[in-house]
Amino acid sequence: MTVSGDLKQLYYSETLAHNSMTTTHTSVCCGFCGLLCDDLTLEEQGGVLQVTAAGCARASSAFARVSGATDAQRSPRIKGHPTDLPTAIAAAAKILAGSQLPLFAGLGTDIHGMRGLMDLADHCGAVLDHMNATAKFRNILTVQGYGWVTTTFSEVRNRADLIVVMGSDVASRFPRFYERLVWPAEALFVPDLSQRKIVSVGTAQTAAAQSPEGVTPHHIPCGNADLPDVLAALRARFNGQGLAVTEVAGVPVSALDELAQQIREAQYAVLVWVAPDLDFPQAELTTQMIAGLLGDINQKTRAAGLPLGGNDGDFSADAVLIWQSGFPFRTSLASGKPDYNPHLYDTEGLLERDEADALLWVSSLDSRDARPETKVPTVVLADAGMPVDDDVAVWIPVATPGVDCEGHLFRGDKILALPLRAVIDTGLPTIKVVAQGILKQLESA
Amino acid sequence: MLIKLSGARVFDPTQNWNGEVRDIFMRDGRMVAEPEPGARIDETYSLPGRVIMAGAIDMHTHIGGGKVNIARMMLPEDHRRDLVERGEHTRSGCGCAAPSTLTAGYRYAEMGYTACFEPAMLPVNARQAHLEMGDTPMVDKGAYAMLGSDDFFLRMMVAQEDQRAINDYVAFTLNAAQAMAIKVVNPGGISAFKFNQRSLDLDESHVHYQGVTPRKVVLALARALEELSVPHPLHIHGCNLGVPGNVETTLDTIAASEGFPIHLTHIQFHSYGTEGPRKFSSGAARIAEAINNNPHVTADVGQILFNQTVTASGDSMAQHRNAHHGSPRKSVVMDIECDAGCGVVPFRYRDKNFVNALQWAIGLEIFLLTNDPWRIFLTTDHPNGAPFTSYPHLIRLLMDKPFRDEMFARIDPDAAALSTLGSITREYTLAEIAIMTRAAPARILGLQDCGRLGPGASADIVVYRDDANREDMFTKPEYVFKGGVRVVKDGKIQQVTWGNVHVVKPEYDRAIEKRVSAYYDRYQTISLNSLRVRDDEIPLLSNGAELRVHTCARHRGKP
Repeated sequence: MTVSGDLKQLYYSETLAHNSMTTTHTSVCCGFCGLLCDDLTLEEQGGVLQVTAAGCARASSAFARVSGATDAQRSPRIKGHPTDLPTAIAAAAKILAGSQLPLFAGLGTDIHGMRGLMDLADHCGAVLDHMNATAKFRNILTVQGYGWVTTTFSEVRNRADLIVVMGSDVASRFPRFYERLVWPAEALFVPDLSQRKIVSVGTAQTAAAQSPEGVTPHHIPCGNADLPDVLAALRARFNGQGLAVTEVAGVPVSALDELAQQIREAQYAVLVWVAPDLDFPQAELTTQMIAGLLGDINQKTRAAGLPLGGNDGDFSADAVLIWQSGFPFRTSLASGKPDYNPHLYDTEGLLERDEADALLWVSSLDSRDARPETKVPTVVLADAGMPVDDDVAVWIPVATPGVDCEGHLFRGDKILALPLRAVIDTGLPTIKVVAQGILKQLESA
Repeated sequence: MLIKLSGARVFDPTQNWNGEVRDIFMRDGRMVAEPEPGARIDETYSLPGRVIMAGAIDMHTHIGGGKVNIARMMLPEDHRRDLVERGEHTRSGCGCAAPSTLTAGYRYAEMGYTACFEPAMLPVNARQAHLEMGDTPMVDKGAYAMLGSDDFFLRMMVAQEDQRAINDYVAFTLNAAQAMAIKVVNPGGISAFKFNQRSLDLDESHVHYQGVTPRKVVLALARALEELSVPHPLHIHGCNLGVPGNVETTLDTIAASEGFPIHLTHIQFHSYGTEGPRKFSSGAARIAEAINNNPHVTADVGQILFNQTVTASGDSMAQHRNAHHGSPRKSVVMDIECDAGCGVVPFRYRDKNFVNALQWAIGLEIFLLTNDPWRIFLTTDHPNGAPFTSYPHLIRLLMDKPFRDEMFARIDPDAAALSTLGSITREYTLAEIAIMTRAAPARILGLQDCGRLGPGASADIVVYRDDANREDMFTKPEYVFKGGVRVVKDGKIQQVTWGNVHVVKPEYDRAIEKRVSAYYDRYQTISLNSLRVRDDEIPLLSNGAELRVHTCARHRGKP
């Protein structure tokens, strides 16, 4: 049984002007970070894309790298030798057919790619894990154990009068966050945006966070590894509990009192964090502390969290996995039923313990090679910008949603699934097509 | 291919077929009239002693969209009670309170349901709803778009804009979200909660949008749908959900509709009085009387049944208020995109708990005291009152007085003492069940080819064994045909099909799009083009499903 889908070309470029040399594409949606900005302008010259408006460094390099791949980079390979797609698909199917426990990891794909991979995974009895899962579990475990109050981009943009960033330089992962959400020209419910207060705890913000008037965020410096203590102290002080110390990890309690008072006085406080940056042991206890603080604030006034994500298609792959199986990443379909275990089914552990005996690595979005080291037979489905590894058993270049194929991705606040269109045509297959091809081989074997 | 189903008692209220034995015929996915004598019949099912009805329609079930997926993500412990193995035809998944999309589709079909409607699709989250419904096999589907707490609409209300402009915005939203109807949830209240307002009564002003009250929101939207001739009237999740005394609010809401057709959803949660020693009592009799006396009003019940479930609602204000009742104790509340909100709280209804027991009795009282089965619908507000898989149990409670009495004897005695349920002798008939689960939902939604068995209808047919135990009978049909394909045999999936997507597309003055587009550019974080779900996206989002566009020509008129 497969979930079939119509993969006909759906999105047509909005081509403004073109001559023999250059084509301009406007209102392009960019899938290279969770912001999913839908206002980019690209210029295409000889099939290569250059961001000319509403861009960022991340988008510029990703569009250029993926669109500028060479023909050699776009050829499937078996052990480094160029081959055609059907041969590569057959070789991939053979590896999966011979596997007792295949691991589908990376999962840098969009909603439709993930649907195709789920059909295949159910047939093969595979384990599913994402390259960002370790970070994502800092949030997932908190939702599963406690819950939280959250908000979305347009609410932040229009409503927040106090934004507290914890442990991240947000613009390093979401380059236009401040431009688009924090410092727009106007907002519905914040009459004077120059009064919007930004506080960062832990990691400092870079220049992107500066207000148009040149005001830099108030910074409460501490090491990120000290955030558990600092945020616990903040919550205690917010709730009026006494502390026997005058400073916590170098942060004066008076600074936390001041922040607690700002939160109490805010119309709508937003607490922002980026899970990959909370890279210390038991970080889920810290996100749970944040969730608890949000719960406390909302007893009397309004506040909400913004746990930013969505890079590398992580929200998209996770959402499909959850609605189709009931469970998030680190779910095994090996027994025929979903078996979810965040502590058992992680990529590194399964490979280190020699449990997984084949790896299907999927990374079609931003050319980031986050593959684990492994000796097990490996099939890679990668965007054309990824450096080719000739040691890999089967290497299949695939199209990138929003560059050379259409697709849908979830935004970094999880609420919007936005359409991405094929800006150029490279003839590369989508992940869904490759997954369906492999499944067809396995079903007919 | 002509197929004959022969010898069964057939129920089709639209044709006044009330269980007489007759033969019915289908050809190429459609019902057809009895062919001329001598016509070649390709296949005949001999079905003496069986009961045949059209495929059932669930007109209010939370099967797809953001809050449903939050519920799934939150509840691994619940899924583990019912892990579903992949089968010859079916994918793996899970059941219980927040089932996986695939399992939900299989189980609906296995119970004889062939169409399901997601009642709370946020316009900004419409793609996710269509994606999840798209991954729900077997059944046709559609969704109701939520309006009434979105800032664009509330700004129109403050500006006291002309009703025609509001109609255009409503019609635009139905088109942009690919929706079947409009739902309002806690009218204006989801927005008010973002401004720290913790309750919003029918005539209370929104704290920010001064002068805007739930009464005005309800009236503007109910009128818009009537003037646009959208088949389904405004689907109302009223103010004060779950609050003792809200029976008054509900009666006032009926009055607020000023005669425009309205549908009151999960009305059980809105039928509470304040009498008795615990200031919590049944308002069912008054509610049923109001429905009986107001032919422009329809309602679905939102029955609760005793078990673990999860409540998933757009009513962030009520869900935040009730989060401390959560079991297990966890909750997600979300403010969403200047559009709406949501809240997810796991819940365990217990028969020995006074409040839960009375909620159970109130729902059944409403079912049994409302006279017209064409205007009261069988729902549990899945999963809020109970998972949809408990429908056969609920049907038995309605059809079997001794069984109902047996269950009534088990509930908290203080609650039982406040309920008239034990004295109600009514038992629903099979014909009435066929109305409330087939013909009536099709009529109230404007589905031309579902919920009936007459010539031209989609061949969505359920064959039951006529078991005196109605729970067993409705749990496991012998055969289910979807579009003429035999998809279920003996309660098990035989073939997987993918349903269609039902929508309405009322006409409107396109000038409203320029206004909404300018508003999006000025305040929102996407462009209007990114918001709008285009027709040509539907096959990709919805797994190859076809759009079934229903006409908005029927003008019901004020009674």
